[in-house]
Amino acid sequence: MTAAAQARLTSANSDALGHQKIVFLVMAVLFACAPLVIYPVFMMKVMCFALFACAFNLLIGFGGLLSFGHAMFLGTAGYAAAHAAKVWGFTPELAILFATACAALLAFVAGSLAIRRLGIYFAMITLALAQMIYFFYLQAPFTHGEDGIQAVPRGKLLGLVDLNNTMAMYVFVLAIFLGGFLLIYRVVHSPFGQVLKAIRENESRAISLGYDVDRYKLLAFILSGTLAGLAGGTKALVVQLASLTDAHWSMSGEVVLMTLLGGLGTIFGPVVGAAIIITMQNYLAQLGAWVTVVQGVIFVVCVLAFRRGVVGEIANLIKKPL
Amino acid sequence: MDIFGIPTQALFGQLLIGLINGSFYALLSLGLAVIFGLLNIINFTHGALYMLGAFCAYFLLTKFGLNYWWALVIAPIVVGAVGVAIERTMLSRLYKLDHLYGLLLTFGLALIIQGLFAHEFGSAGLPYSMPQQLTGGTNLGFMFLPNYRAWVIAASLVICLSTWFIIEKTKLGSYLRAATENPPLVQAFGINVPRMVTLTYGFGVALAALAGVMAAPIYQVAPQMGADLIIVVFAVVVIGGMGSIMGSIVTGFGVGVIEGLTKVFYPEASNTVIFIIMAIVLLIRPAGLFGTQK
Repeated sequence: MTAAAQARLTSANSDALGHQKIVFLVMAVLFACAPLVIYPVFMMKVMCFALFACAFNLLIGFGGLLSFGHAMFLGTAGYAAAHAAKVWGFTPELAILFATACAALLAFVAGSLAIRRLGIYFAMITLALAQMIYFFYLQAPFTHGEDGIQAVPRGKLLGLVDLNNTMAMYVFVLAIFLGGFLLIYRVVHSPFGQVLKAIRENESRAISLGYDVDRYKLLAFILSGTLAGLAGGTKALVVQLASLTDAHWSMSGEVVLMTLLGGLGTIFGPVVGAAIIITMQNYLAQLGAWVTVVQGVIFVVCVLAFRRGVVGEIANLIKKPL
Repeated sequence: MDIFGIPTQALFGQLLIGLINGSFYALLSLGLAVIFGLLNIINFTHGALYMLGAFCAYFLLTKFGLNYWWALVIAPIVVGAVGVAIERTMLSRLYKLDHLYGLLLTFGLALIIQGLFAHEFGSAGLPYSMPQQLTGGTNLGFMFLPNYRAWVIAASLVICLSTWFIIEKTKLGSYLRAATENPPLVQAFGINVPRMVTLTYGFGVALAALAGVMAAPIYQVAPQMGADLIIVVFAVVVIGGMGSIMGSIVTGFGVGVIEGLTKVFYPEASNTVIFIIMAIVLLIRPAGLFGTQK
């Protein structure tokens, strides 16, 4: 590569990162101002699911691995955080840390099994493992079965800030969301993220270049599961409930849908997708089974005609990665 | 009479339930394997089409007064036609893309079908009575065998084995196996591969509908009846690997029996045992018991 080409590439890269920074700032400001006009608990839910979808996207969008069992991390972390906060009396930050650690451990075990197969098998294995976890929670006494763990106390952050104050909770959730988002952004643009993309594009080539492909995949799986757990633990404190819904396979399907609709492999897509889906569920909730039908239709339309997703289409229009 | 401290009645009763469940696992995983072989798509709609088969039987009885035996013939044809329509209008557009898109599309279709039926019929099950010829049962001495259950096991075995025979031993089957290996070459020999793909998909989902009709008198006819089942069948497919037709039949029945025995000896694990077996198989033989790693 000539020096000029190198320079062009570097400047193109910094350009790309430059406009992504602006978009990130706009997004942060939007989320920070949103509670002035939108019901704050709803916005907090959106942020939790956005983080969940971003974590999922790290795996499919950059690693090419479709997990159909990400609900296991959301559900596990939800129960862990709720149990720790309610029964053991942990402070919120410790409860969330504990929940995230539980999800990381689960991701290590599930990932070690799932990465043994590729593509479609990988999806089926993660789905089956998640279903096993679901049945476990259905029977285990500490989850209280169909009732779930209710009235989870939000407690005092570091023993100082009372999170029952909605605005304090909002700032806390916003910080977690933006922190998680930045971490994913950093990972995607790190050498690790580049190797991950290389594996997605051509696994045999990556192996021949000497990369230990399985270790990269496992690491990506753990990272994705851990961040999904962070989202799940936070969500349990936001809605003060941990229930079976979060561990069910339909939740795994929903996160796939959010990411697909927003744009697979885009940085901001999962956030947009999560916001759309959660809003839709909120307004269509009284229609019951129609929500499932609408979700199915979005799936079919996205796959057949709209594979880039909302953000992917915009990025294609302005010819810049988003 | 006891075996390992378990009354034989209970043991054989659960073994029978295991065999019944195994019949459905075998029929469904067989259909999945046939479809996967040619289309490289894991058909997530399989559970929804199994449910559709059961509803078909229910409508034929209540709306047209056609009994179970008619349903056994008509439901697979109707659902097979639905399958052909799905393949022609949607799946065929995705063959050039990553196979994961096929999975996502069929998942979306399953949501639509299940959602529509859940909206129309709620989540409660609708009863479907057993055909008169098969009510009652036979006393085998060590246990009581209801005739209908014996019929389901026998019918499923016959269907599975004939499918195996068609695919492994006939000329039509050899075309199919050849097209699985190398579609362009088979096409070059003048065989209409796209039509074969369409019919294979139709046949695979017709098997699911047949399983649905047979399940209707045992389980109730309900919109969600296929949703959880399909995940178990996925685990069965992972355990068996999709390399061979016989493999998926043996795995289906075998896993059903193991699940039944678990209900006797350690009921708490009966829901999870299949997934635990799957994890163990993945550790020892990642390609599945009958699969070949590509």
